[in-house]
Parts: sequence; structure tokens; C-alpha cells
Amino acid sequence: MSVQDLEKIFQDAIDSEIKIEPKNWMPDAYRKTNIRQISQHAHSEIVGMLPEGNWISRAPSLKRKAILIAKVQDEAGHGLYLYSAAETLGTSRDEMINDLHSGKAKYSSIFNYPTLTWADMGAVGWLVDGAAILNQVMLCRTSYGPYARAMVRICKEESFHQRQGFESLLVLSQGTEEQKAMCQDAINRWWWPSLMMFGPKDSESTNSDQSMKWKIKRKTNDELRQQFVDMIAEQIKLLGMQLPDDKLKWNEQRKHNDFGEINWAEFWAVVKGNGPCNKQRLEARRKAHEEGKWVREAAMAYADKKANQKKQEAA
Amino acid sequence: MNIQIRKFYYGDIPEEKSSASTYKTEHDTTAWPLWEIFIRSKQGLDHKHVGSLHAADAQMAIENARDVYTRRQEGVSIWVVESKYITASNPEEAGELYEPAVDKIYRHPTFYNLPDEVNHM
Repeated sequence: MSVQDLEKIFQDAIDSEIKIEPKNWMPDAYRKTNIRQISQHAHSEIVGMLPEGNWISRAPSLKRKAILIAKVQDEAGHGLYLYSAAETLGTSRDEMINDLHSGKAKYSSIFNYPTLTWADMGAVGWLVDGAAILNQVMLCRTSYGPYARAMVRICKEESFHQRQGFESLLVLSQGTEEQKAMCQDAINRWWWPSLMMFGPKDSESTNSDQSMKWKIKRKTNDELRQQFVDMIAEQIKLLGMQLPDDKLKWNEQRKHNDFGEINWAEFWAVVKGNGPCNKQRLEARRKAHEEGKWVREAAMAYADKKANQKKQEAA
Repeated sequence: MNIQIRKFYYGDIPEEKSSASTYKTEHDTTAWPLWEIFIRSKQGLDHKHVGSLHAADAQMAIENARDVYTRRQEGVSIWVVESKYITASNPEEAGELYEPAVDKIYRHPTFYNLPDEVNHM
């Protein structure tokens, strides 16, 4: 069969909503795009543990500490589901980790911002996980089977993350003046970076939209961002707090909220590695990997030794 | 100033946008093998494939699967099998394998028209 025939069979399957599975023929570019996107998504889960890990030992109560640990543990699991999905495309865990550590592969820029106060844990759960969930719900219907299945699993677990974040802010918003101020400050700092999570504006795209044609992605950046703004603009009323955007206003004609311009210079600076915590995050990952090396080797040596013992007993 | 902005999606930043350093992770001399994980969600149901993970041996694969796939009481039993021992059918042979069943509709109960008076059949 010619490549053109194979490509047609492939696109027909996608057009009729049939998932692509690892052993199916797929164009090289589809494979590469998926490897890149899934592995970067996995890296985001793993690096995403760092800003929150910062507060585990300083959580204000045992209840909040247990919740935070459970959430961080979930992120590790999500990273694993995604790495496994990427591995079905022929890349190895080793390669992916190396690309993260060398800076070749990216992770979501949001995790390059610092978590300065306890209220940040609430804001991260509510805003950052909230933004991530919109993407992830969409990705449950992505065309590559293993990616879609990983996303279904992740979405099931993720909704607790957003709810606990909002609840934690709700408690602060009903607290002392100091707690209220802390709550508002966290929202001020996390609002714009959360909007940036959806990527550049659709109008600034110079690319043909291959990812949409292949149904890897099903909604545009701006569609998702608008959905997010509309959702948060309502929820914040319950907190009695303000979003730091004086242009935010309900537009009766569009039936959506209008909102101010994102600082794109900041956005690209963080992507390129010049955010507040880029260096720190990568160093933490490298250090963890290097210091865990002897554990990985010892576990393998022990497994080999036990396997040999079994063989000898059998002989 | 000539700034070209390209669209990229969440978790999908093009490689040319990245600022790769020369940092190199030392390749693990002993990479853990990959295991496929099957979970029985409750007594009486089949084990179902849920995903895969790396582990040094079967015991560790079970322990990791417990941590990764049953944190919310999703299972009462775990099977693990090293991925290399799974043989899968080839999608290119789907025609030969599954088409012969297509025209044998008489294998389904709905093929048979029975009088309405016949109950419990």
C-alpha cells in the first residue's frame, strides 16, 4: 500500500471518530506531535509537584496537609499515566527525562512561578488546575487512544484538586482581614499566568492547524480561554474577591466576558527560560534524578539476585 | 523588531522554541522493565487492563500498581505481566481475522423470529 493510501485510511479513521492505537499506521508527524505533546504534558505534572511540595511541611493543619499530600501524589500518578502513553509511540522514559533535564522539552510555564503564601495553594488548585481541567476534558476525546484513556483517568482524579483549592480559598475569604488580604493577593498573582496557560491568541497563529485536523486538539486556545474566564468570573463572586483586570466585563452581545490584554512579553520570557523559577525547577528535577540513581540500580540488582536464586532452586 | 508568534497548545511547545542546554542525564545502565497492569475492580468481575509502569520485578510492579491505580479503592486484586510477554494481533490482519464473522448473523439470537407467545427464550 502506498503512503497516500495509508494516509487516507488514517484520516478516514480520525474523521469517523475511530481512535488511533499504538500498532496502527500513522504519519510520522502525527507520532512526533503526540510524543512531544504527551511528554510535555507528563513533564508538567511532574514539575507541577514542586511548587506545591513547597507547602506540605508548612500546611496550616493536619487536614490540609493530608489533602495536599494526596494531591501531589495524584500529580505523580498523572505524570506516570502520560509517560506510559508516550512510551507506546516508541520513545523511552530515559529519553523523555533527558529531554526535560536538558531543557529541550518544555513543561507548562505556570510552574515557573513561585508559591509565596499558603493562599497560593488554594489559588493554584482553583485557577491553575481549573485551567488545566478545561484542556484535559477536551483531551479525553483526543484521537490517540492511549492519550485519551490517560486523560479520562486524570480527569476523574483532577476534579478534587480544583474543589479543594476553591474550598481552601473560601475559608480564607471568610477569615480575618489578614487572611482575606492573603487570599486576594494570591488571586492577583495567579490570575494572569493562569490565562497564559492556554497559549498565544488564535489570530497570531502562522501555522496551519494540523492538530485540529488530526483531532489531537479539538478547541482553539481562545475558545478555551474564554470558557475559563466566564467560569471564573462567576465563581469569584462567591469568594467576594476581585480579579485583577479592570477591563473584565460581561458583554451582552457576545454573551461572554470581555477581558484585558495578556502580557505576551512576559509569556514568551517565561517560555524561553527566564521566568522566576525556571532554573530552580530544573535543578530540583535533575538533583532528584541523580540522587535516586543508586536506588534504581540497587532495586534492579536485587531483582536480578532474586531471579538467579529462583533459577538455582529450580535446578 | 521582528517577533514571529506561532500558535502552540498547552503542553505542546515546539522544540525550536526551547533553549536546550548541553545538560545530559547519565543514561541508566539498568533501566527497569515495563509491566502491564490489570485490576479487578470488585469481586466477581474480570481483571481489566488499566495501564503500564516500570518496576524492577513483579513484586515491585504490584506495589507500584497499588500506589498508582488503586488510590481510590479502584481494585481488590492486581495482575502484572511484563510487557514483552504480551503478543498482540496485527491490525493489518484485521480483515482475515474478523471479517469471516460479519456475515454469520445467524449466530445472534435476534436472527430468529418467533411467535410472541413464546416466553422466556
